[in-house]
Amino acid sequence: MKMISKKSLNGFINYGIIIVLFIIFQSLLSTKHLSSSLSGQLVPICAYVVMALSLNLVVGFSGELSLGHAGFMSIGAFAGVIASTALSGSVTSGGFRLLIAIIVGAIFAALAGVVIGIPVLRLRGDYLAIVTLAFGEIIKNVMNCMYIGVDSNGLHFSIQDANSMGMEPTGTIIVNGPMGALGIKKLSTFLAGTILILITLFIIQNLVNSRSGRAIAGIRDNRIAAEACGIQITKYKLMAFVVSAALAGSAGALYALNYSTVVPKKFDFNTSILVLVFVVLGGIGNLRGSIIAAIVLTVLPELLREFQDYRMLVYAIVLIVVMIVTNNEKASAFIKGIFNKKSKEVA
Amino acid sequence: MANDKEQKLVRVQSPNFLPEKELKNAPILEVSHLGIDFGGLTAVDDFNMVVGQTEICGLIGPNGAGKTTVFNMLTKVYQPSRGTIMLAGKDTHSMNTIQVNQAGIARTFQNIRLFDKLTVEDNVKIGLHNSINYGMFEGIFRLPGYWKEEKKSHEKALELLSLFDMQDLANDYAGSLPYGAQRRLEIVRALATNPKLLLLDEPAAGMNPSETQELMDNIRKIRDVFGIAVLLIEHDMNLVMGICEKIVVLNFGKIIAKGTPSEIQSNPEVIEAYLGKAATTPGKEA
Amino acid sequence: MLSYLINGISLGSVYAIIALGYTMVYGIAKMLNFAHGDVIMIGGYMAFCSSSYLGWPPIICVLFSIVVCTVLGIIIEKLAYKPLRAASSLAVLITAIGVSYFLQNAALLIWSSNPKAFPNLINLPSLQIGGTQISAVALITIAACIVIMIVLTLFTNKTKMGKAMRAVSEDKGAAQLMGINVNGTISLTFAIGSGLAAIAGVLLCTAYPTLMPTTGAMPGIKAFTAAVFGGIGSIPGAMIGGILLGIIEIFAKAYISTQLSDAIVFAVLIIVLIVKPTGLLGKKIAEKV
Repeated sequence: MKMISKKSLNGFINYGIIIVLFIIFQSLLSTKHLSSSLSGQLVPICAYVVMALSLNLVVGFSGELSLGHAGFMSIGAFAGVIASTALSGSVTSGGFRLLIAIIVGAIFAALAGVVIGIPVLRLRGDYLAIVTLAFGEIIKNVMNCMYIGVDSNGLHFSIQDANSMGMEPTGTIIVNGPMGALGIKKLSTFLAGTILILITLFIIQNLVNSRSGRAIAGIRDNRIAAEACGIQITKYKLMAFVVSAALAGSAGALYALNYSTVVPKKFDFNTSILVLVFVVLGGIGNLRGSIIAAIVLTVLPELLREFQDYRMLVYAIVLIVVMIVTNNEKASAFIKGIFNKKSKEVA
Repeated sequence: MANDKEQKLVRVQSPNFLPEKELKNAPILEVSHLGIDFGGLTAVDDFNMVVGQTEICGLIGPNGAGKTTVFNMLTKVYQPSRGTIMLAGKDTHSMNTIQVNQAGIARTFQNIRLFDKLTVEDNVKIGLHNSINYGMFEGIFRLPGYWKEEKKSHEKALELLSLFDMQDLANDYAGSLPYGAQRRLEIVRALATNPKLLLLDEPAAGMNPSETQELMDNIRKIRDVFGIAVLLIEHDMNLVMGICEKIVVLNFGKIIAKGTPSEIQSNPEVIEAYLGKAATTPGKEA
Repeated sequence: MLSYLINGISLGSVYAIIALGYTMVYGIAKMLNFAHGDVIMIGGYMAFCSSSYLGWPPIICVLFSIVVCTVLGIIIEKLAYKPLRAASSLAVLITAIGVSYFLQNAALLIWSSNPKAFPNLINLPSLQIGGTQISAVALITIAACIVIMIVLTLFTNKTKMGKAMRAVSEDKGAAQLMGINVNGTISLTFAIGSGLAAIAGVLLCTAYPTLMPTTGAMPGIKAFTAAVFGGIGSIPGAMIGGILLGIIEIFAKAYISTQLSDAIVFAVLIIVLIVKPTGLLGKKIAEKV
């Protein structure tokens, strides 16, 4: 019983951290102590935290490397935008429309997760990684040629150009190929983002500490032993993958509804990698680490704005050095040695 | 104290517990003409064996004789090329590893395969997986089914662990356990899947004589309490001769002898297989 | 039709040369070297600078580019990857991504994000076969690819160093016990892979003469796909994978859709992997129970 209470205590600390951070940032925001660039980053940070948490479910708990997580974010983003724009006449409450958009985004991303997951989850290791990368690129590519509009007859699609949708002249184009979704009504708020993080934490933490979560982690630790225990490998790998995709989709909807335009190119390989960096630097399988890494690594480049030109170069060097220090015995012993010396001197 | 534990253990006995003496030799496993080829190389050929419902059987032979390959075929890690496996009267031909486990075969591995990053208790609970009855949504939203089933499985896991006096290790990580404890945990996890037949692949490997003695007592206890059959691969002859009621000797993929421990010990072919081991090159160890 | 095929094989040859670098490094270090695509870009810039600013003759420019990239490959391996020999593959992957960011941003600082017009290093008339015109660049690319393929195959199969390379990729520990210099062999592999990347960079930029800091990224990903497609770790696999990928891409562009060509290429990869989970020529590795 001791272990269980420790696990749930850990979970409650995570909820607490999010709530405390929300209160701090919200009060900074309302007392105008936050720079405009940073306050504009609050919703994207929430979206990235959700992305990092959801990817950690796949990478950390299911033990599969996914390099195409941004693809699910993309599907969620555009599905959410379409839902929100299509319903702008019938659902007047912005908050309610955001909720619907996030749910629609999650559902579509989950469907994509099922479609992708069933064939690819039997691949292992690097092969799975490259296939997820390929799917991410396919989603980006297809979204780039997607034209979607709405008029009084309902939704119209085309993969050629805006005119071939055959819409009434009064209709509105929602997604315009490579130019992406235009004229989005901004609905996302910092509060909504925070609630989404809390829901994500709730789902992942409870899933991990349940029968299904144990099966997922068991398959990661030893697939053959899990099979010998009668665990259905594909079912549980797919479960982790689809839940993760759904959460990424909801993050996408939240993210897209924070801007007036959003382009498919935003959700490319680099975004997938960015989220993976959050997960790895935060600690694989460590949810709190993912949260902190996602926040720090999104805020840090904002703070480094003065060094505009060198910003990404520094970021790259930091990334390499951190990976070496945390993964090389000699280097980490060296760093520990320095700290021990210091603490001795203090004592 | 010892009495207490026995009492507690009687409650977890398997449903197919058959106390009647006369049923003891009704077969749980009937293997006939089993064989497998790996790219033209015959690893095991014409393997025949019958295991009674509560029998303890041994499978011995020199390195590379194909013992683990037989286990892998029984658990469908490899699909046999020939022959039939009947488990409790059912043909396992069309089953995969998972279905074979659900049909009643559990195993341990020669090279320990635990869920290293999970706790001892969670390892056992994964063994209990198919007897825990709630789904993903009940787990996520912590519905009453979750609490009820988790409580039940927690108690069951501790009960099973207490079999090997491991209940105090429940919260340790499986990967951090000492070697002997890891081997015992594998047996507990296998038992948790509620098998009719338990396959032990070198359970005494790396154990000292007193640990081996304890293991022998435990294997007998498992058979008596759960009423299941045990088939084990082992090189420790004291263990094999001490607890097995029937022994099958394998060499170069073929059965060279079958019988009671005393028959095997006096069989000239067996003696030759073991003493001639250095002279002949071992085949493919699988 | 014929010209599409030649163009496809030519583009595929570039992918194949890049894929060879990926596959050799993967085979020996078991890592996905995501910085490989950026070494191509550096190779392109080196040829560009030596030709446009220094006015060196084309062949010297190419050699200069190869030397710089080879040295760069060795430096990257020594500084970034060698300390992580014992680390998890994910840690190495993230480091490779860090190196990729570093190279791209360094190039951005040095040469800015404005595209550079790559000089035409191969100034030969195009060839007329039947009714179709075939550019000299395409033919040289294909020829280069064939020569590299033959030399590499001979090198890995016949020379002592090549054998050492195969031994290290099979089992590092055992190779070390046999007295093979494992670190040296890995460095050599990175050197060869990076040298090939320089050649690929020059050929790629000659065929598509715009040079930017992100030039290497997409061909890098596609060549990686090609390596996996052919069965990663296999030299002929990388070759076949690269050429097939090039042909598929050109035909998809010509007959289906220019915009969707990348999606089609990746879709073919996925289908191949679903049918053959270790690629066309990949070895199936069964886990021992």
